[in-house]
Amino acid sequence: MIETVGNHEFQYSDARHQSHTAISGMWLFLASETLFFGALFLAWIYARHWRLEGFDLGARHTDMTLGTVNSVILITSSVIYAAGVLYAEAGNMRRLVQCCYAAMAFGVVFLLLKFGLEWHTDFSHHLFPGADFPIKGAARGGAQLFFVFYFMSTALHGLHMLIGLGLVLWIVVRAKRGEFTREYTTPVTVVGLYWAFVDMVWIVLYPLIYLIGRGA
Amino acid sequence: MSTDSYLTDGDTLRSWLLTTDHKRIALLYLFTITGFFFIGGSAAALVRYNLITPEGMIHSAETYNRLFTMHGVVMVWFFLVPAVPVSLGNFLVPLMLGARDLAFPRLNLFSWYLFLLGGFIVLFSLLMGGVDTGWTFYTPLSTAYSQGYVVWCVVGIFISGFSSIATGVNFIVSIHRLRAPGMTWFRMPVFLWSLYATSVILVLATPVLAMTLLLLAFEAIFHIGVFDPALGGDPLLFQHLFWFYSHPAVYVMILPGFGIVSEIIPAFSRKELFGYKFVVWCSIAIAVISFLVWGHHMFVAGTSIYSALVFSILSYMVAVPSAIKVFNWLGTMHKGYIRFDAPMLYALGFVGLFTMGGLTGLFVAALGADVHLTQTYFVVAHFHYVMVGGMVSAFFAGLHYWWPKITGRMYPEMWGRAGALTIFIGFHLTFFPQFILGYLGMPRRYHSYSPEFQTLNVLSSAGTLVLAAGYLLPLAYLTWSLFHGEKARDNPWAATGLEWLTHSPPPTENFAETPRVTGKPYDYPPPEQAAIT
Repeated sequence: MIETVGNHEFQYSDARHQSHTAISGMWLFLASETLFFGALFLAWIYARHWRLEGFDLGARHTDMTLGTVNSVILITSSVIYAAGVLYAEAGNMRRLVQCCYAAMAFGVVFLLLKFGLEWHTDFSHHLFPGADFPIKGAARGGAQLFFVFYFMSTALHGLHMLIGLGLVLWIVVRAKRGEFTREYTTPVTVVGLYWAFVDMVWIVLYPLIYLIGRGA
Repeated sequence: MSTDSYLTDGDTLRSWLLTTDHKRIALLYLFTITGFFFIGGSAAALVRYNLITPEGMIHSAETYNRLFTMHGVVMVWFFLVPAVPVSLGNFLVPLMLGARDLAFPRLNLFSWYLFLLGGFIVLFSLLMGGVDTGWTFYTPLSTAYSQGYVVWCVVGIFISGFSSIATGVNFIVSIHRLRAPGMTWFRMPVFLWSLYATSVILVLATPVLAMTLLLLAFEAIFHIGVFDPALGGDPLLFQHLFWFYSHPAVYVMILPGFGIVSEIIPAFSRKELFGYKFVVWCSIAIAVISFLVWGHHMFVAGTSIYSALVFSILSYMVAVPSAIKVFNWLGTMHKGYIRFDAPMLYALGFVGLFTMGGLTGLFVAALGADVHLTQTYFVVAHFHYVMVGGMVSAFFAGLHYWWPKITGRMYPEMWGRAGALTIFIGFHLTFFPQFILGYLGMPRRYHSYSPEFQTLNVLSSAGTLVLAAGYLLPLAYLTWSLFHGEKARDNPWAATGLEWLTHSPPPTENFAETPRVTGKPYDYPPPEQAAIT
């Protein structure tokens, strides 16, 4: 067990010291996450550079409308959660819980559209690289590689969203138990950082998947 | 508040396995990495056994390939990278900061479980039949041709990577946020600075390896070309991503060693560390430049000659701060009152072996020489001098130096010195012949070799026996000392540093009162006074 002194763990001088440290920890973890996704994006852009035609052709087989709608949904979810953080800091925990529910609802809609609808359509068009892959000819290899990156990055992003949804749910549970006060909202802020990061990943993914290949 | 030590604060299995005390977690880790060290070491011994005769003592080349892969994978990811940070680092970071624990104690425990899980998965894959790709997992060998359990092995490494990241985050945040009153950045011991630099690499390089291994696993499972040229991938991309992690990881292995030696040499020379700020900034410089040298592993892989030139120059640059440190240690000893206790002997062994390993690194960083030397035993000898000679010596130096603090017992001094000397001699005997073998053109990773190389190979294999004895010695006498060692005083070396202000072994809360720091580190009395006291 961690020894606690009053309202903080014994290695900290006070609760404020502890909460600021938790926020630094999350920022540092996000730096690590940035390099994680950064490696994927770098590999993607590097591969695209050498197989431009195939990547562009692949991108034209994606559903830009769905992607755009999903972008709006995800950013909305983040804005709502950010509002929840402000409510929490103002001491209004009822509104915080409502914001969490709304943010989660938008997140779930994103996942349903992404995996229930978009992936389903992609698979039924055999866009997952394999023998039935619809794009033939010289651009086939590049287009397959595009879809490798597409499926892998959306899957990883989806996994991060699931973790994020779990964390927001955890905030709801703790808020309902009355654990947060105007003075103590650190976990709400920390989860907010993570939830916003998941957004940021999508903001890079969206142009990589749907826009760049349609440019020419 | 109890006056008991952390060792007696609860004696159930549960009180160890669910502990959040950084000192107990350090011991859990110490126990685990010792296990991995001897597993990896046994594989190495079998490799050397095979190379006694030109045609190979082990019947099949396939088995041999799996053995050296097992040796590399276990030693790199389950001993060298974590060893010092998770054991000595975990124990000492809060003590040296004057704190009661790390910033995130639960994360610390969680990282041990991740490490254990990753380790078990890797061992499982190695026992099920193993991996024959070498620890570098080069594609397309690893994804298209390998018969082994590559995906399992990669998953294990992936999981243990998150344990590295957790440790790195914990250290950086603790150093920023938990320094005792008066402990300014430039009053911190160099060991903390070097772990800070190490943690930066762990946090920023490990995720790149994680993504690389994920792409590799994806390719191996679905047979889709990311790296395999036959499927439309690019094998050079794998090498770029892999070495973007794996070269900085070399500094993860060696930087903590620099830190340990920078603590021990002043303590046993009774002098202030020469050029403290230079040593500090060199650690940071090494961490930064280490991210810019990965291309020197790819000089013969078909990269552009201009990029190779730049990587060669940058690799020379990273040698500068390392060399500065060696001169600082020598400067510290100059006109000091030197005592040759076991920690100091191990530390001096480190300086000698690391210098040889570092200098031969310049040979292979030179474009022209590398074309001749790459993929030969010269490279094997070079990085073993740095990692095994350097890093493992430093680890033992630190283990002996802080053993009284960790366990409350003194190790037997004469045995300690004997161990240090045995390792030093055994190491040279094992690896010096490999420099010559490599220079003469013996390639690495082959099951058999031309008969004219036999004498040197037999010498090297004989050295392995001495080296093995050298590693078993500390295992034996340190274990013995746990029960029969002389009780240690709080500060047996009369050393500076907050960790020596508390009891040996420390109480659970580390310090009864938070210490205050009023002066610079390594404030040893001038030699004329030291001679009297």
